[in-house]
Amino acid sequence: MSTNEESGISRRGFLAISSATLGGVMLAPGVRLIEVASARVPEQAASKQVRWGLLIDTDKCATGCDDCVKACATENGIKDTGHPRTDAQWIRKVELKDGRSGRTHSVPVMCQHCERPPCVAVCPTGASFKRADGIVLVDRHTCIGCRYCMMACPYKARSIVFQDVTDQKPEVPRGKGCVEGCTLCVHRVDQDRQPACVEACAKAGHNAMTFGNLNDPQSEIAQRVAKFSTSRIRADLKLDPGVHYQGL
Amino acid sequence: MHWLTHPILAAAFALTGAHEHSSLLSNRTRLRGLALLIALLVPALALAADRVPKPDIIIDKPGQCVEDTATMRRGHPDMLKHQRDLTVREGVRTRQYSLKGCIECHASTKTGSVLGDKGFCQSCHDYASVKLDCFECHSSKPKPASEPKS
Amino acid sequence: MTEFSVYCQLGGTDRRFWGLMAWLAIPLVLGAAAFLYIEHYGHIATGMDNQIVWGLPHVFAVFLIVAAIGALNVAMAASVFGKADYEPVAPLSALVSMALLVGGLALLMLDLARVDRMMVAMTHLNTSSIFALRAVLYNGFLASVAVYLWFLLERRMNRYVKAAAIVALFWQLLLATGTGLMFGAMVARAAYDSVLLVPVFIAFSAAYGTAVFILVLLAACRWDSRPIAEELLRRLKNVLAICVGASLYCAALFYFSKYYVARSHDVGQFLLFDGGVYTALLWLGQVAIGGIAPLALLMRSQVSRRTVAAAAGLVVLGGLAQVYVTVIGGQAYPQILFPGMIETSSFFDGEVHPYKPSLAEALFGLGGVGLAVAVIAVALRALALLPERLDQMTRPQA
Repeated sequence: MSTNEESGISRRGFLAISSATLGGVMLAPGVRLIEVASARVPEQAASKQVRWGLLIDTDKCATGCDDCVKACATENGIKDTGHPRTDAQWIRKVELKDGRSGRTHSVPVMCQHCERPPCVAVCPTGASFKRADGIVLVDRHTCIGCRYCMMACPYKARSIVFQDVTDQKPEVPRGKGCVEGCTLCVHRVDQDRQPACVEACAKAGHNAMTFGNLNDPQSEIAQRVAKFSTSRIRADLKLDPGVHYQGL
Repeated sequence: MHWLTHPILAAAFALTGAHEHSSLLSNRTRLRGLALLIALLVPALALAADRVPKPDIIIDKPGQCVEDTATMRRGHPDMLKHQRDLTVREGVRTRQYSLKGCIECHASTKTGSVLGDKGFCQSCHDYASVKLDCFECHSSKPKPASEPKS
Repeated sequence: MTEFSVYCQLGGTDRRFWGLMAWLAIPLVLGAAAFLYIEHYGHIATGMDNQIVWGLPHVFAVFLIVAAIGALNVAMAASVFGKADYEPVAPLSALVSMALLVGGLALLMLDLARVDRMMVAMTHLNTSSIFALRAVLYNGFLASVAVYLWFLLERRMNRYVKAAAIVALFWQLLLATGTGLMFGAMVARAAYDSVLLVPVFIAFSAAYGTAVFILVLLAACRWDSRPIAEELLRRLKNVLAICVGASLYCAALFYFSKYYVARSHDVGQFLLFDGGVYTALLWLGQVAIGGIAPLALLMRSQVSRRTVAAAAGLVVLGGLAQVYVTVIGGQAYPQILFPGMIETSSFFDGEVHPYKPSLAEALFGLGGVGLAVAVIAVALRALALLPERLDQMTRPQA
């Protein structure tokens, strides 16, 4: 015993150094990943560490304002053919009125990017899928146009393309026969940009929409969701949507 | 080609016993005759190949493709299919094998598209008679220069 | 000592048969043309939109599939439960079941907005999807019924008939459960969202399947002037009556539960009272024409081919009405995003969605029905599936 203490490193010292090393080795990948989440390289895959979400402050949403809707249509190449029943709508403003109190709200509704999406569960080919970072998408290569996801979505988030599409945006391929919905502007998100609706709302000065990583406690959205009372549409269905609403 | 078809069709008619009471040839003989007929037809069809003109593949822009021509010709469907799953499902957006990258280079300087009569993709696909499904959804034109490059 | 019935193909002159096929060619050709039209122009050629996404073709398809499941009941009664009186008609029951399923499947597959991706549909199966698993269930059902039919017809395999029948019964139950769950597990739609739909669909399948079977049996026997024993007819009449009664009970239970439970009261109110065309189809179609009227006809003590056929026909009409209410009515009622609030939007939230089928989709749906009938006609002509006479029971009556 006494010889060990004399000949170099003590047991306590050894434990301290080894735990520090172990801790460093374990933490280092974590540190790397947090770094990585904030500055994304194109070659990098979407990560499970991230959960993208939206926070919408409906107190700042005015009836009659549809900047987010127009921005989405422009960004994604969705044209208005004058047939609202068959034209695709990825985001829409829902005007609400409480039957008893008369209180009104104006709420933008889009795909809620659920953690447990029913559209993914029912898709026969697996075309409707949830990416590792929480964005729910349709793989149009595999979509057979059966419309079951449209039947199963409680939020009426999806549309199907009824006619041939021309002049698509190069970042947003869309075509006849496939089902589509809000992609959270995944082509922008992958370049560390914001979805078009959020950007447009901010640019117009309303600042009703916040986009960010719900898993990152430092992000603005996570801090707001922790601080303010927020709700989600049809939370009773326990689908755990990624879109939060304030003021409802 | 046309001078071959008539006697062949006549022989086919006789061999398959289009009239019911043909007891002239047994079933086995008929089958063998039919096999011989098909074997004769094949080279006749092959001779017809030079009726269709080879496609005019126009490469407007300078530079090199991501792989050599032979690899691209044979391998581009697999390349595109593999890349698309990586991009769509996993979010990996390498520019090298992306469809957008292909279109930016190969779009005709005249029409701005890879489709059309002398379009890069369409001319070869028309010749090979393989349906192009990609551009029902994907834009056949590169992003306009006025918009910010992604 | 059992007597073996002599089975034979549908008789009559070739000319008469080809005349029938010419008539059947009309819905088939029109259906094919309608399909090609819809496939070329896209689903804009139908009355479907982003609110009503499954239209008339799905109504026909679901009816055909539900009837297909139940049409096998007579064969199962014969081969699994030992009801010898039904043995002579067991092959016909198996055939009708397969033909109806083929018709329904054809409609479902061809109604895909991207039909060119059918190979993708068959090779990529999402295991968590009941819809995807139904691809396995349909094929398993068809295969097991085909094997069962083969064992019935092939004398050497007759001793394995019961085993094959039990396998077919197992697939029948699986398919019925899958079809019911496909709607029942959809929490998104207030008109579905209930596992009760599984036994409800099973009851409906028994009624529609038996009704279609009876119609086919009577038509085939009439074609050839084959006699049918009154006893067999009486039994079939009673079975149909029981199935219709069970369907009425299950439907009543389902709609009552929707109406009574506060969470789904609004959709119950809509379907039962405020739904316009859907309410009319429910009460007039499903209940009156599809339930009460056939029961009245079937409960009479005297048995005649005409009344039984009429009752079966009414059940089929009522069934179509019920499927329309379920499939279309269930979509017409909007998804409620904010319970208790009045919703309006550019995407038609909060309002009942109208639906007007186009001619193309109606013809396409009827084409599927025509396909099922054509398969039955051709099979009966080509194969000996029905006994020459049905007025001799295989075992002496007790």
